[in-house]
Amino acid sequence: MDYKELGLTKEELVEMYRMMRLIRVFEESAVAYFKQGIVIGNMHMYVGEEAVATGVCKALTKEDYIASTHRCDGHLIAKGADINAMMAELMGRENGICAGRAGKMHQTAPEVGFMSANGIVGASQTLGTGHALYCSLYAPERVSVSFFGDGGGNQGAFHEAMNMAALWKLPVIFVCENNHYAISTRVDTATAMGTFYQRAAGYGVPGVRVNGNDVLEVYAAAKEAVARARRGEGPTFIECDTYRLRGHHEGDEQTYRTREEVNEVRENNDCITRMQTLLKAEFGWTEEEDQALIKSVDDEIAAAVEFGLKGEPMKVEDMYNNLYVD
Amino acid sequence: MKTMMYRDAISSALAEEMRRDEKIFVMGEDVAITGGVYKATKGLLDEFGPQRVRNTPLSEWAIAGVACGAAMCGARPVAEIMHVDFIGCCFDIVLNQMSKMAYKTNGKLNVPMVLRTQGGRGKSNGCTQSQSLESLFTHIPGLKVVMPATPKDAKGLLKSAIRDNNPVIFIEHKGLYQTKGEVPEEEYLIPLGKADVKRTGKDVTIITYSKSVLTSLDAAKELEGKGIDAEVLDLRTLVPLDFEAIRESVTKTGRVVIVHESTERTGYGAEISAQIADKLFDELDAPIVRVCGANIPVPNATLPEIESAPTVEKIVKAAVRVCQGGKWNG
Repeated sequence: MDYKELGLTKEELVEMYRMMRLIRVFEESAVAYFKQGIVIGNMHMYVGEEAVATGVCKALTKEDYIASTHRCDGHLIAKGADINAMMAELMGRENGICAGRAGKMHQTAPEVGFMSANGIVGASQTLGTGHALYCSLYAPERVSVSFFGDGGGNQGAFHEAMNMAALWKLPVIFVCENNHYAISTRVDTATAMGTFYQRAAGYGVPGVRVNGNDVLEVYAAAKEAVARARRGEGPTFIECDTYRLRGHHEGDEQTYRTREEVNEVRENNDCITRMQTLLKAEFGWTEEEDQALIKSVDDEIAAAVEFGLKGEPMKVEDMYNNLYVD
Repeated sequence: MKTMMYRDAISSALAEEMRRDEKIFVMGEDVAITGGVYKATKGLLDEFGPQRVRNTPLSEWAIAGVACGAAMCGARPVAEIMHVDFIGCCFDIVLNQMSKMAYKTNGKLNVPMVLRTQGGRGKSNGCTQSQSLESLFTHIPGLKVVMPATPKDAKGLLKSAIRDNNPVIFIEHKGLYQTKGEVPEEEYLIPLGKADVKRTGKDVTIITYSKSVLTSLDAAKELEGKGIDAEVLDLRTLVPLDFEAIRESVTKTGRVVIVHESTERTGYGAEISAQIADKLFDELDAPIVRVCGANIPVPNATLPEIESAPTVEKIVKAAVRVCQGGKWNG
C-alpha cells in the first residue's frame, strides 16, 4: 500500500508508528506489573494487533463511536483515551478511567467515543450497530465502529447486527480482527469458510480482507468505509488478518501452537517493524530519531504507571455507588 | 376520567412521551403497521413515521442490543420483545450490557431504555409463549422491573419508565390488554417503586402484582362472605420494591398471602416472604403463604393451564388458612 496514494505525510506516518509503539509498550508494561500483582484481572493483550486499532482510529474523529472487545487497550489508546487513567484502572484504583470499577475488560471512555469494552464475545456487534442507529437518527456526522475477533465473528449476533445495519443503511464499520485463535481454537477449525469477509456479500455489504499487520492497508480500508458510512451508504465489513503474539490471556500455556509459528510472524510480519522499515526506506529515518521516539513512548508509559501507583485502591464503602443513576 | 383499555393506555403513554421528547423511539417486531400483535403500539407509525417507529427483523439479540447501544449514546429507546419467553434470544444484553453499564463505568454511561414485553398465561399458547419470567430480571442488579395491573397504572408507570435514566423491564400481561379501567384525562405520572393498595382490609394482606391483582380482588370479594376482610396490595414495581407499603399493611393485618403467576420455586414471592420474615417477624400472626404458578411448564390445555396458576379458589383457601388456622392441604 502506497502511503502517498493515501495522502499521508511523514508526520502522520511517524504518528502511526508512535501510536503502535505506545500501545505495545503500554501493554508490555501492564504485563510486567501484572506479574508483580499490581495490575489485576484477566489480561488479554493486543500485542501484535496494534496496526488494526491504529489504522481504523486514524480514519475516525473523536466524536465517532467504538464498541470494543475484551482485547480493548489498543482501541482505547488509538481513540485517544487517557493512558494514565487506563493504567490506574488496570490497577483497580480510584483514579482509574472508571474509578476502578471496570478493570481491564470493561474500560469505557465515552469522552473520546469509546463506549464499551466487553467480557462478552459478540456483544460489540449489536451495541456498535446501536451507536450507528443513534448517529443515523440524531448525529448524522458521526459513524460507529464495531470491533470483534474471529471468535466473535461466529456468534449469532454477528448476523443479526449485519442484517439490521445493512437493512437500515446504518453508518457502522464492522472490523473483524482475525488473530487466528479464539483462545485455543484455530480459526480454520471453527469457521466453515476459513475467512469472514465473504459473508458480507450475503447482506449486500461491501466486504474486504486486508493484511491487519500493515497499518496502511487497514487505514486505506477504514478510510473508504468511513467515507461510505458518512455518505449514508451504510455499513462495510473489514476483515483484518492479524496475529496475536501473546497468549489468549497472560498465563496461557499456548499448547495449541508452536513457538516457530509465533516467531515467524514476529520476525517477518510485525506491524511496528513494517512501519519502521518504511520510514527508513522512504524518509531516511535514523537510529537517533528512532531512539528518541522510543524514549518518549517509554517516558509516557512510565508516567502512566506512576499515575496509577499514586491512586488509592477502590474502597469497599463505594461498592454500592452508581448501580442506578439519578 | 375516561374509560380506556390497557393496550390503549400503553400506546397513549408512548405517544405522549414521543411528542415530548424526540430522543424516544420505538422498535420491535410488528410494532409499526399492525401496531403490534397486541395493538399496544397502534397509531404510532401514522403520527411519528418509520424512523421513530421501527419495525425490525425477527432478531431479538439485535433489537435489545441495538436499542442498548443507541441508549448509551443518549437516545431513549423503547424496545419491544414480543413475548417475554423470547428473552432467551437476547439475554446477554439484559444480563451483561444494559444492567451493568452504569455500575461498571461508575456512572460515566447510563442506559435510559425501556424493554417492553409481555407474559402470562390464559391464551393456550403453551409452554414457550405463556411464561411469567420476572424473577429472571429481579435477580439482576441494575434493572428496574415494572408489572402494571390496570390501564391507569400501565400508562402512568410507562411514562415514568421512559423518563427514568436507568434500564427498565416493563412487563405487560397478555390477559390484560383488553381489560378496561378509568384513566385520568389530564397528564399524570406514577412513580416507580410505589405500591398501591387496591382494596383496603384489616384481616390479611394479599401481596400481588400484574394480572394476579384482578384474581386477588375477586378472591377478596369472596372472602367477604366468609367474614374475612382482605387487603390487596399491588406492588406495581418489583424493583425497586416498596417495602414500606408492605410494612404498613402487614403491621395492620399480621397475615400474608403472596400471589403470583410465575413458578413458585425461587419466584419473587420467595424474596418478599424472606424480607417479611426478616423485618416483620414480630408482626406476624400466621405463617406466610404463597399461591403461585405450579413448578411445571405452563400447560397448553385449558383446564390445566388455569389450574397451574393462582385461582380465586386457591387464594381464598390460603387466606382462610392464615386467618383461621387449621391444617393446610393446599
